[in-house]
Amino acid sequence: MTVHSPTAQHRSVPLRANAPRLAGQWARRAPLLPALVFLIAVTQLPFVATLVISVLRWNALDPTNTGFAGLRNYLAVVTDANLRSSMLNTAVLTVAVVLASLVLGLLLALLLDRRFLGRGVVRTMLIAPFLVVPVAAALLWKHVLYNPEYGLLNGVLTEVWRWFGSDHPPQPDWISGMPKLAVEAALVWQWTPFMMLILLAGLQSRPIEAVEAARIDGANAWQVFRYLTLPHLRRYLELGGLLGSIYIVQNFDAVFTITSGGLGTANLPYTIYQTFYQAHDYGQASAAGVVVVVVSIVIATFALRLVSSLLRNEAS
Amino acid sequence: MVITVELRRAAPVLAAVVLAAATSAACSGAGGGGGAADGNAINVLMVNNPQMLDIQKLTEENFTKQTGIKVNYTVLPENDVRDKISQEFSSQAGQYDIASISNYEVPFYAKNGWLAPLDDFVAKDTAFDQNDVLPSMRQSLTAEDGKLYAEPFYGESSFLMYRKDVLDAKSLTVPDNPTWDQVADLAAKADGAQPGMKGICLRGQPGWGQVFAPLTTVVNTFGGTWFGKDWTPQVNAPEFKQATKFYVDLVRAHGEAGAPQAGFAECLNNMEQGKVAMWYDATSAAGLLNAADSPVAGKLGFAQAPVSKTKSAGWLYTWAWGVQQASKKHDAAWKFISWASGRDYEKLVGGKLGWSKVPDGKRASTYENQDYLKATPSARQTQQAITAADPRNPGTQPRPTIGIQFVDIPEFTDLGTQVSQQVSSAIAGSTTVDAALDGGQQLAEKVAAKYRAK
Amino acid sequence: MKRTWQPWGALAWLAGILFALPIGWMVLTSLHSEPDAATNPPSLTAPLTLQGYREFFGASTGQSSWPPLVNSASASIGSTVLVLLLAVPAAYALSIRPVRKWTDVMFFFLSTKMMPVVAGLLPVYLFAQKVGLLDNISYLVVLYTSMNLPIAVWLMRSFLAEVPTEILEAAALDGAGLITTLRRVVAPVAAPGIAATALICFIFSWNELLFARVLTGVVAGTAPVYLTSFVTSQGLFLAKVCAAAVVVSLPVLAAGFAAQDKLVQGLSLGAVK
Repeated sequence: MTVHSPTAQHRSVPLRANAPRLAGQWARRAPLLPALVFLIAVTQLPFVATLVISVLRWNALDPTNTGFAGLRNYLAVVTDANLRSSMLNTAVLTVAVVLASLVLGLLLALLLDRRFLGRGVVRTMLIAPFLVVPVAAALLWKHVLYNPEYGLLNGVLTEVWRWFGSDHPPQPDWISGMPKLAVEAALVWQWTPFMMLILLAGLQSRPIEAVEAARIDGANAWQVFRYLTLPHLRRYLELGGLLGSIYIVQNFDAVFTITSGGLGTANLPYTIYQTFYQAHDYGQASAAGVVVVVVSIVIATFALRLVSSLLRNEAS
Repeated sequence: MVITVELRRAAPVLAAVVLAAATSAACSGAGGGGGAADGNAINVLMVNNPQMLDIQKLTEENFTKQTGIKVNYTVLPENDVRDKISQEFSSQAGQYDIASISNYEVPFYAKNGWLAPLDDFVAKDTAFDQNDVLPSMRQSLTAEDGKLYAEPFYGESSFLMYRKDVLDAKSLTVPDNPTWDQVADLAAKADGAQPGMKGICLRGQPGWGQVFAPLTTVVNTFGGTWFGKDWTPQVNAPEFKQATKFYVDLVRAHGEAGAPQAGFAECLNNMEQGKVAMWYDATSAAGLLNAADSPVAGKLGFAQAPVSKTKSAGWLYTWAWGVQQASKKHDAAWKFISWASGRDYEKLVGGKLGWSKVPDGKRASTYENQDYLKATPSARQTQQAITAADPRNPGTQPRPTIGIQFVDIPEFTDLGTQVSQQVSSAIAGSTTVDAALDGGQQLAEKVAAKYRAK
Repeated sequence: MKRTWQPWGALAWLAGILFALPIGWMVLTSLHSEPDAATNPPSLTAPLTLQGYREFFGASTGQSSWPPLVNSASASIGSTVLVLLLAVPAAYALSIRPVRKWTDVMFFFLSTKMMPVVAGLLPVYLFAQKVGLLDNISYLVVLYTSMNLPIAVWLMRSFLAEVPTEILEAAALDGAGLITTLRRVVAPVAAPGIAATALICFIFSWNELLFARVLTGVVAGTAPVYLTSFVTSQGLFLAKVCAAAVVVSLPVLAAGFAAQDKLVQGLSLGAVK
């Protein structure tokens, strides 16, 4: 941590310019410390414990056979095909859901940015999915919408086919037929409203004069969108993408509920959970956790570059 | 400096105040957080099957009032409850005094010292009448050390249930001891007997206790096994493959819609709603299908589990009460078990909720009770199936450990679940049985290596 | 815009209805009897009943469903308060009077969110077991706080950064103390942002399932955990589960709808800087 290097401040004018510098630095840090200490204690210490457990031979179901395992757990992890495929699944799931909900959210935000009758009601309806408890949403999609026997989707198909006098409507088995898409659709439904909210906020903070000026200069709607709106929205898109990724990478509820990790949908949180709580192989699960953290840090470094572009203007 | 001093002092104080406030708010919200410390209360963790919900309903009036022991239940769906129970018992957290465990967990839980032996309680409690408990149940809840570690709440085997009315209408008859070839043939003929009706319901949902419960019994009777006597894995051996192909082909051709996601609940629903003509599953399903509010009550026939190379093929399973070793209330826990697994509890349920809801399949006396027999058309077949089940020798070859529809080692939950996900994908058509089982063989090899080294 | 046929408006309405449809269907299903809830094609006009809600509130098991709801409320409100009390000063030290290299600190905060929660679950469980914090809401409060703190600091910093430096300097020159500055100058600008942050923290805490599943039991079980217990492996449960889902989601829905303006306003501040 670089917080401790004692040097001058750089933003606002020091309130007491003649105060001793060191004390001034600590005064600045004081409000930060409770949060920092709290977070280190609650998130970093467990990770140290995970690191220790990862080199132990420790399966809770076999308590007499424990000891030092060296790097054997790591060997098992890197050769585990399940873990590799769940890494890939996590990446695909995150990218697909974040992109789809960003695009959908953008379209909806553009619609909502126009004035029309009942805009408030429509906005409320669009926000609602984000406000449903995720596990409730997952249960809703699995049992009430996707179920091939009595789910709403197939029910609607039956009804529609009946209007045309057919007794043999297609009754696809949504979850088995397209398991990844099924999980993704449920998540996109939940996260689109969140993206829409952020982008709507962005649209509403758009300087209206520039748009007017462009219009007067003869720019068409597409040009206004492409050259004015989109650049203005970049930060909002980045923020939405970042927050969305953080939460969807960690998604557990939807995968656990909708497919129980079956049909090739297991993502990292689910796979590690399974090693912990079904296999009870604490050593190997911890090793997997460490590997995932290392990979996350690598990816996060790229993500943080994005973040730093969010912060750059201010820090300079 | 005024400001800075102010802030420096304020921060920790503020943090302390908040923590205290949050903690006290939380505790008062939770009702003092003292459930576990309450002297006259026991905590029970159990699966949310209907029999368990019934006992929840009856406890206050018929147990707590008599004994003064309050019972706090935590009920969870099967998959969740297994995770939670294994976590609770392996760490001996002592939060729960009793949990609903099965004959799968008992042997290795006992070996690890996680369960309290019940022999002394049983010996003193003559009214409980341990000898009335069916022998195969007693055997499967006794560990290698010869001690008894759990008492059955209800027991089950597996058998074939079918819509007698539907098959009669098509002039089809199911033999009392059918073979799988006969069943496949019947399923093909019954397919479409009514609009939207499929031939047979077989579980396809991932999970060692879901698709692999019925599937492993098929593997057994086709001559296959997970492991040979010396722990050689045989998951991609010809018999295992043949059995799995047979199962997957049957369910794909004449099985229920949504088969890769169908477990016990989905099949039960399919059967009740007339979406399938036959169903191979737990004998305990018969009670639910025959319940007063079931649309198919009285229309059903029952036959023994279909076989191929063995004489019988039904599984053996029981949800039983086990007492956690770390619990400090073994006496109160036994009182609860003595009540819940006792003969009088069955009569209580029969009288209050109806005889079809009795937690059966565990006591010989149940099958002599005329009220029960009258209300339960499947009683004879159930008793026969449970008696015929031989957990030590369920297949055509000697096994390294006990278990019919499972291999009784702790690693099997993980192994079975992982392979089941592949099999489920094969039922969905997104992979082949060969690929699924070749992958399974590798996983099984890892497990086997551990045991061969011992 | 004139009051004429509004194609965009119609499209927006269509989208709104599509997105809200599953929720509407959930509410309708919760008001049906179990057999009516599981028909194909769906029975729109089936008689309405409150049986699902009665079941949720313990009609057949005698178990009260209030404790899990109260537990969830305690955990969410407790952790939200704690988050705000920790995050506001931290955000202050990262924006108004920033420490040196405050961007590094921000990165650290955010990076804790990128580590998979599940990797730390085992030590968290073992620690709780050793010190007797299993099945205790205070422990959930602490964990939820750590879960939400990084995002809260992140958002809050942007809100505080909105406060114009000139005003702060002017206030300092006028001799205003910290408390006065915070109340008079900072609060009015940052209030919507703080409200939005609080709401988001509340929602994420209320929704949390993984920690609650693993760490609670008889006493401290939260509403989402309780909700999952209605999925039985034997028998029909759609109406019951929908009723439970409606009740459990209601506090979040209500809070979210009431504060949606704040949410938009707050997030817009959060993104700009």
